[in-house]
Amino acid sequence: MAKIIVVTSGKGGVGKTTTSASFAAGLAKRGHKTVVIDFDVGLRNLDLIMGCERRVVYDFVNVIQGEATLVQALIKDKRVDTLNILPASQTRDKDALTQEGVEGILEQLKQTHDYIVCDSPAGIETGAIMALHYADEAIVVTNPEVSSVRDSDRILGILAAKSKRALDGLEPVKEHLLVTRYDPSRVDQGQMLSIEDIQELLGISLIGVIPESQSVLQASNAGLPVILDEGSDSGQAYQDFVARFLGEERPMRFLEAERKGFLKRLFGT
Amino acid sequence: MDTVRTDKSTTKDLFENIDNDSAIEIKGSVFTLPVLKIKSTQLAQIELALKQHLSKSLSFFRNAPIVIDLESTKQLQPGLDFEQLNTLLRGQQLVPVAVQKGSLEQHLAAESAGLAILTGQLSKSVKSDISPTKSADDTALAMDESPQEQPNVSAQSGSPVTAPQDTGSVPTKIISQPIRSGQRIYARGCDLIVLAAVNAGAEIMADGNIHIYAPLRGRALAGVTGGENNRIFCHSFEAELVAIAGSYRVFEDTVPSGVFKKPVQIYLRGEQLDIVPIQ
Repeated sequence: MAKIIVVTSGKGGVGKTTTSASFAAGLAKRGHKTVVIDFDVGLRNLDLIMGCERRVVYDFVNVIQGEATLVQALIKDKRVDTLNILPASQTRDKDALTQEGVEGILEQLKQTHDYIVCDSPAGIETGAIMALHYADEAIVVTNPEVSSVRDSDRILGILAAKSKRALDGLEPVKEHLLVTRYDPSRVDQGQMLSIEDIQELLGISLIGVIPESQSVLQASNAGLPVILDEGSDSGQAYQDFVARFLGEERPMRFLEAERKGFLKRLFGT
Repeated sequence: MDTVRTDKSTTKDLFENIDNDSAIEIKGSVFTLPVLKIKSTQLAQIELALKQHLSKSLSFFRNAPIVIDLESTKQLQPGLDFEQLNTLLRGQQLVPVAVQKGSLEQHLAAESAGLAILTGQLSKSVKSDISPTKSADDTALAMDESPQEQPNVSAQSGSPVTAPQDTGSVPTKIISQPIRSGQRIYARGCDLIVLAAVNAGAEIMADGNIHIYAPLRGRALAGVTGGENNRIFCHSFEAELVAIAGSYRVFEDTVPSGVFKKPVQIYLRGEQLDIVPIQ
């Protein structure tokens, strides 16, 4: 049975699309048939991060409106052959998404995939609600700062109230906390919330911590999901996260500030 | 239905859009309302006494729904003209809603004047300190009011509409999930017990008391329909705002260090909202 997972946060710019791309690529790399859907209609970004922006012909909205078939709109990733991308439309707005349309597409995708990753837009409006509505599990992406935590809390409340599982009285959506852009040295200086603080405030289980890293931006610019940059710290952190999602036990890494050696202190990083 | 709310209503606008999902919802509710005991059938006499009485109690009874107690007028002649009594009371800015303890004829007449008949054993109203005067006893009417009585503890009421309360049990709303930013919970006509955190940006309200066996980081409002005796209890006090019966305190930056993250109770002492650690 295919699983639908929403990657959401409430707040913008915390790393939802980066996470969606790496999460989907990570699942696919392990042999699972995976599709990642960009729900950010009007501000499509996922295709850029996945490096397939020039291959977009038809999009999510075209399929909903019957202008194209799902097969025409799906883009097969060139690096991982079990990965498909369903891009958003750049020229429409989020009202083009209809509940029935989304449900129909998800039902079709379920037939041919193991995992369906929904990349939610920021905010709590139509697009975000649509992205989380059919979710079985949710990855709540949070940065270690109060506004991000507050917005994550809000979106958790919406998951508990407005998701299909909640409305149908089924088992609630399984929630996972993923902390991104974590900088242990700034946590030590009291400029950022610690993992413990965030967990205490949100009260959901932690599935991963992605350190703040140059490699994320570099990978994004290169159109490569950072999880495929296997040498980088954030790439490894995403691999740990995917492993934990699939049930493996992995210790949390990148929680301690790196001790600067004498030369590094002298010359800077 | 022995009692009707006297609504102080400073917080009412906070929850008026709660039930807008469907056009209507029917619920049983217990209210506290003043009872006007009439001891004369002479309308002029009643009016005079009422004017004297109301002038002393300031605007407390303005537009208050009241029940007319007819017990003392059952045998009196001539009978009461309820249409005129209605007009008289409304002229004094009272809203008569029902009569009680009258004779059969009186009840029939009251009914045709658009008043409801309250039957059954009615709760003993508590004479509160706000009752402005005792001298009303020897005038044509007496006014008992118990508006501050907590709706949820007026359990002695034998009124048939509040059947569950006959057993002495108090209805309570219990929440075991975290209440998250943007969520709002209202325990109508009862106490509220929360077993998980009330996070910043969340709002919980109860007509009765509020108990939180976890951190309170958001807003908590107890006694929202005027229950000044209601209290708030919490395990770890980190609130943004607390209120009882419309008296509130906001904690702009952070709460005072003496009670921060401590188990506390919050209650109204006169006009003052006290936040006291629980040892």
